[in-house]
Amino acid sequence: MNAEAITMTDTALVRVEALKKHFPVGGGLFRRAKSHIYAVDDVNFAIQKGKSLGLVGESGCGKTTTGKMLARLHDPTDGHIFLNDMELGKVDLAEVKGTQLKTFRRRVQMIFQDPYESLNPRRTIFDTVVEPLAVQGIGDLIEREERVANLLDLVGLTPADTFMFRFPHELSGGQRQRVAIARALIINPAFIVADEPTSMLDVSIRIGVMQLMQELADRFAVSYLYITHDLAVARYMCQDIAVMYLGKLVEMTETEELLAHPLHPYTQALISAVPIPDPRVQREAIDIKGGIAQPIDPPARCRFYDRCPRADNQCRDNDHPPLEDKGGGHMVACYKV
Amino acid sequence: MSLILSVQDLTMHYTTRKGDVSAVDNVSFDLEKGQSLGLVGESGCGKTSIAFALMRLLPENGLIKDGYIMLDGKDVVAMDYSELLKVRWRKMAMVFQAAMNAFNPVYTIAQQITEALELHLGNISPTQARERITDLFKLVGLEPALMDRYPHEFSGGMRQRAVIAMALSCSPDIIIADEPTTALDVIVQDRILKQIRALQKELNMAMIYISHDIAVIAEVSDRIGVMYAGRMVEMADSRDVFEHPSHPYTYALMGAFPSIKGKRRDLKTLPGEPPDLLNPPPGCRFHPRCPYATDVCREKTPDFQPMDGVTRNDLSHGHYIACWNPLKGVAL
Repeated sequence: MNAEAITMTDTALVRVEALKKHFPVGGGLFRRAKSHIYAVDDVNFAIQKGKSLGLVGESGCGKTTTGKMLARLHDPTDGHIFLNDMELGKVDLAEVKGTQLKTFRRRVQMIFQDPYESLNPRRTIFDTVVEPLAVQGIGDLIEREERVANLLDLVGLTPADTFMFRFPHELSGGQRQRVAIARALIINPAFIVADEPTSMLDVSIRIGVMQLMQELADRFAVSYLYITHDLAVARYMCQDIAVMYLGKLVEMTETEELLAHPLHPYTQALISAVPIPDPRVQREAIDIKGGIAQPIDPPARCRFYDRCPRADNQCRDNDHPPLEDKGGGHMVACYKV
Repeated sequence: MSLILSVQDLTMHYTTRKGDVSAVDNVSFDLEKGQSLGLVGESGCGKTSIAFALMRLLPENGLIKDGYIMLDGKDVVAMDYSELLKVRWRKMAMVFQAAMNAFNPVYTIAQQITEALELHLGNISPTQARERITDLFKLVGLEPALMDRYPHEFSGGMRQRAVIAMALSCSPDIIIADEPTTALDVIVQDRILKQIRALQKELNMAMIYISHDIAVIAEVSDRIGVMYAGRMVEMADSRDVFEHPSHPYTYALMGAFPSIKGKRRDLKTLPGEPPDLLNPPPGCRFHPRCPYATDVCREKTPDFQPMDGVTRNDLSHGHYIACWNPLKGVAL
């Protein structure tokens, strides 16, 4: 399928179809890899303009790999990532190359988890934030300086001129993450992949950064793919949540619907395991067997089969169930729902 | 109930090239037998420093300036090395934060627990040690057959269980858990939390549980102490803290915490950042960020005192607060 094949009525900003990323394991220079990690395996979702999708799951489930493919930091093994953008028109990001890739980077940016690692310690804040403009050749020095100053003000690093020529080590974690947000926004992207942007920050700082990201999303009409392991954070940042397990999406729906009526047994276990900040609340316990494994050459059955309390022969004998609408746009991949 | 640990006016500094960092300032708390106290606060608030001070495991530049730590009638601060050896692990044991680094990668788990047993219990035969480890592994939900494996062969959750087994090896009266589940995924975290809480009740141990996560603290604590910038700002029974948060910082911390349960309420931001403890602000250390700060807050340090004005023998019960303008009946 190519870009033209999408119907003209498709309003999604980003539409991911049958996206796959398989990493070879055990191969060498002259030796073919015998097995593969199915890090992302046949993932489909769409993000509407101005809305954000939370991608939630445990470590190793493939959520970061998915995000990196959307920012083209990983090349997909297979599948399509359609970006329906005012400036670029409809493009399949999985296929863009060379100069086209550079143009596309103007539209899709990424915010990383650790603001201590993602900023170059030898460059000033100005150098870091201005770099995308320099790479894309936008504006002259005076214009660029003005844009950086405006944006630093917007992300709460005020007054901007006192921050511009400082180095990352002079800033706190929260301030650094604000710099990373400014760098992502400086070229007016349509779409930002945010990989756990607040998980390294302290509670009182975290909420400020979350609220800032929401304000900026409204102001610049930007959508996020918000990757997080924390359902409570996703609840505040995203209109929709997709739950990922071993390279597959197992459930996807509107945020409050997912939290109130989780249908997939994995989502149910995940939600029941989240501690509640209130000693008066007793959580209902839903436990699942065993621990998370690596999806190395997984057998053709439901990926959750080994741990699922509801699994039976149907789940073992058939391939992983497709993500289906079980009513009202509540998508679940389970034979038993 | 009898007190098992009593910390009075503990003050601790880190000496650095830039000057003294006032990491723990005048902290007092008491712990009853079988009671679990949760210490909650953000990074740099001094909660881990307290744990290390209790165990006397502070780095060389960490100095206890004042106060005492009474354990069974003896002051831990004044103990020499041989006395400490008798107390560590047997009276007080610690579950460390980074389970990955708590074990030596070149020895098996059994060898390392045996070493702890030998060091702290004295002459113990290899057979006895293995029996003890078998019991411990069963206690924390690990297969005893795994004891001869190396740390890298364990998953994060299993390793954390092994760390807990090691901490329990000499049957301590008090267990100090420093963020034991922070690096774990939520489902594993849930299991470990339940295990810790069950063991603590079953063995009737006292526990000090340290975390930045108020939701985790709510799950495991009978009593909660809220710390800010090296000071204890509020301490009360868990329900009391959640039902009547009285220090503006406690209130802000709870208002800033997202939950997946209940109605989606707006999260409240707390302006500013925690202070630099090289030069802590005068008066109440929270005053630069506090919406209720008055002149007295900027000048005088508030005492840590009971809310109801009743003087008690110890701090293991009642609602204590260090604030000039405590909140009354503010709904979250």
